[in-house]
Amino acid sequence: MSALGLVGGLLQAVLVVGGAPLLLGMMRQVRARLEGRAGPGIAQPWRDLRKQLRKETITPRGTSEMFRVAPVLMVAMTLVVAVVVPFVGTASALPAVADLIVVVALLAHGSVAIALAGLDTGTAFGGMGASREVTILALVEPTALVAIFALSVRVGSTSLPEIVGSTLDDPARVVSPASLLAAVALAMVIIAETGRLPVDNPSTHLELTMVHEAMVLEYAGPRLALVELGTAMRLTVYLGLLANLFVPWGVATEPGVPALLVGAVAFAVKVGALGAALACAEVFLAKLRLFRVPELLAGSFLLAVLAVTAAYVLG
Amino acid sequence: MVHAIQLLNLAAGALLLTAVLVLWRRELPVIVRVFAVQGVALAALVAALAREEGSAELAAVAVGCLVLRGAVLPWLLRRALAGAGEVQRETRPVINVATSLLAAAALTLLALAVSRPLVDLAPTPASRAVPFAIAVVLIGFLVLVTRRHAVSQLVGFLLMDNGITAVGFLTTSGIGLVVEIGVALDVLLVVLVLQVLTGRMREAFGDTDLDELRELHD
Repeated sequence: MSALGLVGGLLQAVLVVGGAPLLLGMMRQVRARLEGRAGPGIAQPWRDLRKQLRKETITPRGTSEMFRVAPVLMVAMTLVVAVVVPFVGTASALPAVADLIVVVALLAHGSVAIALAGLDTGTAFGGMGASREVTILALVEPTALVAIFALSVRVGSTSLPEIVGSTLDDPARVVSPASLLAAVALAMVIIAETGRLPVDNPSTHLELTMVHEAMVLEYAGPRLALVELGTAMRLTVYLGLLANLFVPWGVATEPGVPALLVGAVAFAVKVGALGAALACAEVFLAKLRLFRVPELLAGSFLLAVLAVTAAYVLG
Repeated sequence: MVHAIQLLNLAAGALLLTAVLVLWRRELPVIVRVFAVQGVALAALVAALAREEGSAELAAVAVGCLVLRGAVLPWLLRRALAGAGEVQRETRPVINVATSLLAAAALTLLALAVSRPLVDLAPTPASRAVPFAIAVVLIGFLVLVTRRHAVSQLVGFLLMDNGITAVGFLTTSGIGLVVEIGVALDVLLVVLVLQVLTGRMREAFGDTDLDELRELHD
C-alpha cells in the first residue's frame, strides 16, 4: 500500500461523495437552462439530501432486513470502488480490489441489492422495476467487462491502475480503433446502467415506463437519501471510469500535494464535462421503448466485441 | 510513417463500424448517409496506403474512390429512395435487429478466424486489417439476405463491394489503375440498373418491399 494510493484513495472518496450530488445538480441545471427554465441551482440535490436526512425513518409493513440494508450496501460498494479505482492517482489503496472484474462485480452488486429491496416490498411497482433493472443489468454486465477487456489486452493485465498507467505512458493509443469502439460501447453501457435517457428517464415519478424509480418507490427519509446519494455516486464513478480509462491526462503518478491537486482538479473537470455532455445529449433524446432497449444493448455488446477483436488484430 | 499506419487502422475501424451501423439502424435515409461515411473511410484507407507506399497511382485511386463511393453512389441511392414512396424504414427485417447484431459479432469472429493464415503470410500493418475488410463483406451479405426493402438490399450489395475492394487494396496494395476504373464503372452501372429497376418496381406495385414479389397477383 503506497502513500499515493492511500492519500489518493481518501481524496477520491471525499471527491466522489461530496461531488456526486453536485454533478447531478449540475446536470439538472444544464438541462433546465437548455429547456428554457431557470433551474433550482447546482446545490439542490444536497439540500434535498439534508431535508431527507432530517425526516424520521419509516419501514413499510411486511418488509425484511433486505429493505433496510440495501441502501447501505449500495453506498458501501460504490464507496469501495470510489476508493480503489485510479481516479486521482495511478496507485491504488487496495491493488487487489482495483481489478476490472472486481470493480464491475462490485458496481453490479449495488444494483442487485436495490433490485432485491424492490422485490422485498412486494408491491407491483417494486417487482416490475426490479424485473426491468435485472433484464438491463444482464445485458449490460458482459458488455462492460468486454469493453474494458479490450483495453486490458494491450496491457496484459486486468488491473485498472496498470491500464491507466500504460495509457499515460503512450497517449497515441487513445486514437486507435480498439479504444474508440470500446469507448462508445462503454458510454452506452453507462447510460443504460445509470438509468439515463434513452433507457430510463431519471426525472419522472409514477410513470409506467420507469425502471429505477419504480424500485425505490417505497423508500422515504434517510434511506431515500442514501439511495439517492448512492445513485449519484454510481453515476460519478462510472463517468470517472470512462474519463480515466480513455483520457487519463492529469492523473497523479507520484505522491505530493501539487500532483494530487492537479489530479483532483483534472478528475472533477473531466467528470463535469462528461456529465454536461450527457445532459446536453439528453435534451434531444426521447425515451426508448423498453422492448427496444435490448437492441441498443446488443449493439453496444457488438461494439465491445469488435473492440476486443481490433485490440487483438491491430495490436 | 507511424501516422499513416494509425490512419490505416482508424479507417479500417471506421469501415467496420459503419457496416455495423447499417445493420443497426432502420431509417433508410440514415443508412444511406452511413454508407456515404463508409465510402469516405474506404478512400481514407486507400489514401493511407498510398502515403505509406509513396505511390501517386494509389493516391489517384483514393480520389476516385472518394468521388464514386463517398458522393456519386450515395447520391444515386438517395434518388432511388426519393422515388421509393413513403416507406422510409426497414420495418420487418427477416431476423430482428438484436439477433442480426449478435450474428454480426459471430461473423466478425469468423472473419478473424478465416483470415488468420492470410495475415500470417505477410504480417504488415495493411494485411493485419484484412479481417476487418472480410467482416465488412460478411456483414454486407447479411444485410443483403435479411432485409426486405430494395434500397437496403442495394446498400447490402454495396457494402459487400466496399469490403471486397478493401480486401483487394489491403492484400495487394492496388491491382492497377485500369482494373480499378473498370471495377468502379461496373459497380456504378449495377447501381444505375438497380435504381431503374427500383423505379419500375414502384411504378408497377406502388412499393419496393421485395416480399410483395413472392406472390402472384392478377
